[in-house]
Amino acid sequence: MKVFLRGAMFVGAIALGFAACAVAQNVPLGTLTGHFKQGEAAFPRYCNGCHGVRGDGKGTLAPYLDPKPRDYTMGVFKCRSTPTGSLPTDEDLFNTMTRGIVTAAMPPWAPLPPQTRIDIVVYLKGFSPRFANEAPGIPIVIPAESPVTVSSIKHGAELYQKLACAKCHGAKGHGDGPDAPTLFNIKHEPLPPYDFTVTERFKCGVTNSDLYRTFMTGMDGSPMLSYADKLTPDQAWDLVHFVRTLQVARKSKENSVLAEAGGQKLLLPSQP
Amino acid sequence: MNSLFQLIQNCRLNRDEVTVRTIVLSVRPDKASYSGGQSAIVGRVARFSYSVTLAILLVFVSSSQKASGLPIFAKKTGLRCSACHEAWPKLNTFGQAFRDNGYQIGNERDSPRYLSPLYWPAGARFATAWHRELNTAQATDQSATGVQPLTTQGFDISGIDLWFAGLLEKNISFVVLPSSDEYGNFHFESGWVRFDNLLKSPWMNVKVGRFELDNVVSEKRILTLSQNGGTYQMYHYLPLVDPKANSATPVVAGETGASTTSFGLGDNQLGLEVAGHSHNDYTRYSLSLLTSSDGAVNLPTSKGYDTFLAASRQVNINSLGPQRFGAFSYIGQSPTEYLTQTPSGSTAPANIPGSGYGNKDFTRTGVFALLSAKKLDVVPTYMHGAESADIALGIPANETAPKGVQNPGWNGRMLELYYTQNLQFIVIARYEDIRNTRQVFASSVGNYGDLDAETIALRWMPFMHSRAGLAICPEYAKVHQVGVSAIETNKTLSSAFIGLDFAF
Repeated sequence: MKVFLRGAMFVGAIALGFAACAVAQNVPLGTLTGHFKQGEAAFPRYCNGCHGVRGDGKGTLAPYLDPKPRDYTMGVFKCRSTPTGSLPTDEDLFNTMTRGIVTAAMPPWAPLPPQTRIDIVVYLKGFSPRFANEAPGIPIVIPAESPVTVSSIKHGAELYQKLACAKCHGAKGHGDGPDAPTLFNIKHEPLPPYDFTVTERFKCGVTNSDLYRTFMTGMDGSPMLSYADKLTPDQAWDLVHFVRTLQVARKSKENSVLAEAGGQKLLLPSQP
Repeated sequence: MNSLFQLIQNCRLNRDEVTVRTIVLSVRPDKASYSGGQSAIVGRVARFSYSVTLAILLVFVSSSQKASGLPIFAKKTGLRCSACHEAWPKLNTFGQAFRDNGYQIGNERDSPRYLSPLYWPAGARFATAWHRELNTAQATDQSATGVQPLTTQGFDISGIDLWFAGLLEKNISFVVLPSSDEYGNFHFESGWVRFDNLLKSPWMNVKVGRFELDNVVSEKRILTLSQNGGTYQMYHYLPLVDPKANSATPVVAGETGASTTSFGLGDNQLGLEVAGHSHNDYTRYSLSLLTSSDGAVNLPTSKGYDTFLAASRQVNINSLGPQRFGAFSYIGQSPTEYLTQTPSGSTAPANIPGSGYGNKDFTRTGVFALLSAKKLDVVPTYMHGAESADIALGIPANETAPKGVQNPGWNGRMLELYYTQNLQFIVIARYEDIRNTRQVFASSVGNYGDLDAETIALRWMPFMHSRAGLAICPEYAKVHQVGVSAIETNKTLSSAFIGLDFAF
């Protein structure tokens, strides 16, 4: 028993030490400097199987993937904090790499050291001449979120209809709207609309702010347009709150508020 | 790879033959004190380092094309083998995270429901090789002294590993690994199911079955394959009983005598593991409750349980890369006697399986680090082993031990170097030593059974893609042990090896 206790205490003490420094290991991007040379070394190990040695999305595994890997040579990126048509910031690319793309083969690369990730970001920017000739856009400002209320959700549902979101994403967010089979990306590859119901995450993030940002920046290269000129900030938050309720399995404030007020049937009148 | 060449497999899987491996090596009885010491070790390290450096300089460097694991996962995830493997089958940080996350990359495509019906989560690994084995003190009737050097060489094959691994459903992963020796005799090397991300937390994963202990320095993913270089000595070392010091219980030099355990930290064990990790896998822990049978099936020992704890933490040093530090501890027990039954027609009583009692303790506790500096990885590991003298001598717990008997202890140290020139080419060098700190008999020579092992190897993968891969593996390994030949002289075993290791 004494031996057991000694062993357990030994490993336990070390585990506690690790847990303590786990908190202190968040390295902000601002302290990192990417290096092209290191990125050039890391890119073949992690990336070019899908994205190709030239970054054109024609890696050896690309034929087996759906959706297809991003073509970096075009300099067009879905997940940005910058307005539609502009280049993403380094932080945008870093965050996409860290987060992965939830419905694609792109994994979350968070286990890689931040330095490796930023090195790869620097390297992949070299595939497109756009980065040499243009500055990235200025990140949009995300205002404080409006309160989650029944009226906000109902208003969001109305906007969902008015903006024809259901034509692609379907009335219940399954990605099965009438236009869904006709959608293609910038390279004319079929691109089904996002099914909001399968996960708690979105392609470009997991938080309400991430969803707000997507509405306002659009997803360049895909049929998902920017609604920055069609939505006021309050309207965008209302739409966020409604889209959250399409994630029916998710325990969220939006779903709680809706359930307390009577549930999905409350939204029925505004649905076709 | 599991069960690559017979001795490797024997070392890991067959309880009796584990003993064979640990006794392998040997000593000169008249040499009361082994000329080891710090300076000798330093000298050996220096010579070894010199060899490593020379080998690296001489190595031809192949062009970096595509590279990289078991095609099961590459086929499924669409990722390159090199995304998870520093060099197949050695994992890198992302591969360790993929494994810790239940073979899931963390997107909605993980569930097998999304896979093509044509996808079958199966892969295989096999190897063929030429090798030359030297034993400097082979016991033989034809030698006047009782031992003589023996060299043998020729072509050989390994057994096969048939891998079935993947997901039954999102967050439920599995492995079934039927593995054979080179004669085609199969056993289940691994077989488990794991419930991942319980309570939606990566900190809570539960695995049940037969599995590799959570050894971050994984012997199952060792890159060297020869008889003497294909295992970590410290993971299998058992204390020996010096025949000269032991008048009470007759033992043969170099054998573990009547030891009641053949435990190996590198052996797959039966039990339940609770493990967890942070989202980025930097911090990880595991706690296992294991049947006290060293992985042997059908409850051959007793009702005892062992415990294994491990924890590690990765930190990033920007200019160098990820560095991981960890610790582990195995607390086990082994019965020292059994109920017996004498079969009709025999006079020798046989143990009744599962009837063991008089359990005594043994422990293995260690620390390790995975250090990296650009293309160079350095892996130092230290382990202390201790066990009850009753286990070592096979004395029933209720009997008085012979005079002068003490609980043996030993320290193992290992330094591994990996130089990854590119995705297709890696150089591996390893030095291990084991030093006994307490012999079973206090009157034994202090360095009896001490061991030094050196391995240098290359691994060149001319191709490795998501359907198949091949690695060409030249290797030299040497193991030297004090006092363990049949006539109690030192013994050295060495392997020269060139293998073709392939997966499909």
